[in-house]
Amino acid sequence: MSPVETPKAVKVVKKSKTAPKSKKAVAPKIAPMQTLDIGDHHVTVGEIFSDKPKMTMRNINVFYADKQAIHDVSIDIAENEVIAMIGPSGCGKSTFLRALNRMNDTVEGCRVEGDIRMDGEDLYAPKLDVVELRARVGMVFQKPNPFPKSIYDNVAYGPKIHGLADTRVDLDEIVENSLRKASLWEEVKERLHQPGTGLSGGQQQRLCIARAIAVSPEVILMDEPCSALDPIATAKIEELIEELSQNFTIAIVTHSMQQAARVSHRTAYFHLGKLIEVNPTKQVFTMPEHPLTEAYITGRFG
Amino acid sequence: MAKMSFENHIMKQFDDELEEIRTRLMEMGGKVEQQVQNAVRAISEADSKLAEEVIIEEQVVDEMEVDIDTACILIIARRQPAASDLRLVMMVTKAINDLERIGDEAKKIANHAILLVEEGGSSKGYPEIRHIGASVSKMLANALDAFARFDADAAMSTIEEDKQIDLDYKTALRELVTYMMEDPRSISRVINVLWVVRSLERIGDHTKNLCEQIIFVVKGKDIRHK
Repeated sequence: MSPVETPKAVKVVKKSKTAPKSKKAVAPKIAPMQTLDIGDHHVTVGEIFSDKPKMTMRNINVFYADKQAIHDVSIDIAENEVIAMIGPSGCGKSTFLRALNRMNDTVEGCRVEGDIRMDGEDLYAPKLDVVELRARVGMVFQKPNPFPKSIYDNVAYGPKIHGLADTRVDLDEIVENSLRKASLWEEVKERLHQPGTGLSGGQQQRLCIARAIAVSPEVILMDEPCSALDPIATAKIEELIEELSQNFTIAIVTHSMQQAARVSHRTAYFHLGKLIEVNPTKQVFTMPEHPLTEAYITGRFG
Repeated sequence: MAKMSFENHIMKQFDDELEEIRTRLMEMGGKVEQQVQNAVRAISEADSKLAEEVIIEEQVVDEMEVDIDTACILIIARRQPAASDLRLVMMVTKAINDLERIGDEAKKIANHAILLVEEGGSSKGYPEIRHIGASVSKMLANALDAFARFDADAAMSTIEEDKQIDLDYKTALRELVTYMMEDPRSISRVINVLWVVRSLERIGDHTKNLCEQIIFVVKGKDIRHK
């Protein structure tokens, strides 16, 4: 089943303009290899906002010391939506993704401005517990990074520290359910107490997904989750993304445009730290609205 | 909407491949256009040799269709085209089908040309066929021209030409029926003429499809059945 052909009924409000731009001096360009400049007065085109948003981001600017990596980005992520973020290297898509669960907090000199909310709650409020936030907004990284522990402990770790399981039986159930949801149970049920690092790359990545979903997150962020995997393992993860979108909201950063086309409902195109276009995936790959999107997805940058 | 251009891919080879199917579609269009003109001329000039040529050359059109189709399949398999590139490749696979059908109709006209020559020429030189034949040739030329320039407006106005052709076709039908009623001895010849006008009308329809596909490439809008 292809999500491109049967997009979920994500109702998205069409709006042609983002909020008015602030008259701030613009930082130097990040990626000098790109020659196409869109100027300072860019407005994102397409279906940027949703009337059923899970997360709302408004006027986001991200700086690394004095370099600005994200310029005034506003976007909604709808409930149970798979949104793909694409763009050339250095366009800021990963930086933007990391701003969604405050992973940038750990980066020296990184500063995030603007308003990011989940279900209306300000994620950058001073009183907010960041550890709890990262349980609600889980993350899967480019390289599978299981803990050097058993398969069972990898999945059980989160629920344990967040106090989600009172008894051993509860914990067993969470581990089994998570592994099942990550389509890994059948492959590992006989060796739950062997090290997670002994699995294949694709299995390790599914283990990391199981670990992320074990704490019942609301949103899962995926930063190039398949770039270290072979095509078969990639296909399994993509199949999994489709299944997970029944219960979770997923934002995925990917270098593979075909992957974005296959798994996502909406696609956001970033260029030089600016959000150029957000539209239903089936439109982006057949009839993009912005010429820069067209240039990127047809492979003509230079 | 970006300007229609199939150049500047990071992979230069991809530019060449798209340019090639485009050029070959133009060649095929040119060939088909010539086939239609020759078939009509074979009738108006009672030239059965020219008609036989059209029948033989139809094979060339068929071969062109298969070649271009293979090239399109290869592009899809190797390049996974997207957006305007994808629309171009899809358009070409459909357009060659319409062109091939136009080629078939030209061949049918040529067959009837031979029969009409055998029946003995008409003193009037089949004005209906010449008239509709000229309109259809012009429409086809305009469509190919719109494709060469990726001109959606030109394609749009070319579609309008089909309406006049349909009207002329209906008028011709009425006239031909009158001939048959007036002179039953003419029936066998008039039926041949009838099939020819029918083929010309079909060519108009296929040309209209071609124009719709051009609009799809340029604007990304499907205007079929609208």
